[in-house]
Amino acid sequence: MSTTPEKGSRNFVAAVLSRLREDPSAQGLALVSPTLLYLLIFMILPLIMVVVISFLSRGTYGDIEFNLNLGNYVRLIDPLYLRVLSYSIKTAALTTIITILVGYPLAYYIARVPARQRSRLLFLILVPFWTNFIIRIYAWIMILRTEGILNNLLASLGIINTPLYILYTPLAVQIAMVYEFLPFMVLPLYTSLEKIENAQLEAAADLGARPWRAFLRVTLPLSIPGMIAGSILVFIPAMGMFVVPDLMGGAKSVLIGNLIRNQFLTARDWPFGSAASMLLLLLTLAVTLIYTRKAGFGEDLLV
Amino acid sequence: MSEKKPSLGLRIYSVLAFAYIYMPILLLMIFSFNSQKLNIRWEGFTLHWYGELFRDQAVLLAVRNTLIIAIISTVVATVIGTLAALALQRYRFPGYNLSESLLYIPVIIPEVVMGISLLVFFVQAGIRLGLLTIALSHIAFCIPFVALVVRARLHGFDKSIEEAAMDLGANEITTFWRVTLPTIMPGVMAGAMLAFTLSLDDYVITYFTAGPGSTTLPLRVFSMVRFAVTPEVNALSTLWVLTVFIILGLGQILQRKQT
Repeated sequence: MSTTPEKGSRNFVAAVLSRLREDPSAQGLALVSPTLLYLLIFMILPLIMVVVISFLSRGTYGDIEFNLNLGNYVRLIDPLYLRVLSYSIKTAALTTIITILVGYPLAYYIARVPARQRSRLLFLILVPFWTNFIIRIYAWIMILRTEGILNNLLASLGIINTPLYILYTPLAVQIAMVYEFLPFMVLPLYTSLEKIENAQLEAAADLGARPWRAFLRVTLPLSIPGMIAGSILVFIPAMGMFVVPDLMGGAKSVLIGNLIRNQFLTARDWPFGSAASMLLLLLTLAVTLIYTRKAGFGEDLLV
Repeated sequence: MSEKKPSLGLRIYSVLAFAYIYMPILLLMIFSFNSQKLNIRWEGFTLHWYGELFRDQAVLLAVRNTLIIAIISTVVATVIGTLAALALQRYRFPGYNLSESLLYIPVIIPEVVMGISLLVFFVQAGIRLGLLTIALSHIAFCIPFVALVVRARLHGFDKSIEEAAMDLGANEITTFWRVTLPTIMPGVMAGAMLAFTLSLDDYVITYFTAGPGSTTLPLRVFSMVRFAVTPEVNALSTLWVLTVFIILGLGQILQRKQT
């Protein structure tokens, strides 16, 4: 061996450089590798750690004891936790349905105005939602609280004598969640509605379909992909939400997000919190899969 | 879709829907000028709460922390994410599908799960929670969004301009700085702006990765809101909302310029 280490490393660098110059797939890999590495370290590795911890158990002092078991998952079957789970699913599902009902006409309207106005209206929908979501929650607290704007308005109009108790109830949580997630539904709905060709509607009309029937048979089915994308975008964050119940829900509004947060920060039972996180993750993945399957299926039907 | 005019009912509905979207924020702003401390009824106009805000050390520290984190995460995530976007748009390489699906992870994973997993990771790795851990986490969730936005903008990029530059004798590096980067710059700026707002706005991930002394503005607002409904929170919210409007407005102007 006659090459010095220094020369060897220089040769190595030269070899890498010439490889990079000639091989496009090496170039691509070099460009993507920072992202790949970063996400593997700061996203995948942490998730793997949570998976592992969910099969371990909590030590006496809130530490983690290394003995593999399914105890945390068994504990999740407790009626108390099942109730939290079903309440979370109910709240997220209701939020999804209400945002579809409220958002659909709005998306439909935006898709029908002249093209120049569309981007302006979309921008107008997005602007308030670029403000911090705790600020938006706070705005609703001001409106809904017992001595708040809504009660003052209703009382001064003579509609109510005693204030409505809305804040710190599940209703308040629902109101804030719908407001929070509405744009996530409107945008994908708009995208799919905008794609529908006028020709398709005219064809339906030429074939004698009344507007309402044309809507049900042509527009509505064609907008289902947007509805599905919107539902995923609303349902997943709604399932994991814990800030809205924290600030606006009463003691009874505990979502699975709150459960997880409490296990990690107050109860200091990381293994159980990890198991609950896995349950939430699997649920959201299942919903995503089912929904996207359905979307594919729906498209097949239409072709 | 167009031509057929929307019906009157639909137009009225949309006006009401926009009122619903904007009313809470407008009310919030109006009540920031309320002289009544309990902020229950309108008493009179005052700028007192804005003055109070600028003397609030905790708020000022939170603003400083938030900006530091947002700037660092934006710069790092934009550079790394843009490289990934270039790679995915123009090259085929081993691990292509893995890289592409990694980018969708933050979209399909609930934020709270990402938050606790980062907390677990930092604690197990023995990294002290603080500004560093928040910034590292923000970079992680910003990279995918930057990569997806920049990639979308790269779609119509004409490779022949680069080839022309090379034919005229420019090497790869000169071509990148003088031709490629200026062309994709609008996309990169859009990605950077998204990263900046995401970082500025984040509560959940920050909540789990923050340590003592690294309170950011969303964390600060949360504890203020939890404590009491005072006009000072309204004043802070108003300034924040106006700042976001200004950034968005500038973004729109920039966009209009390039088209």
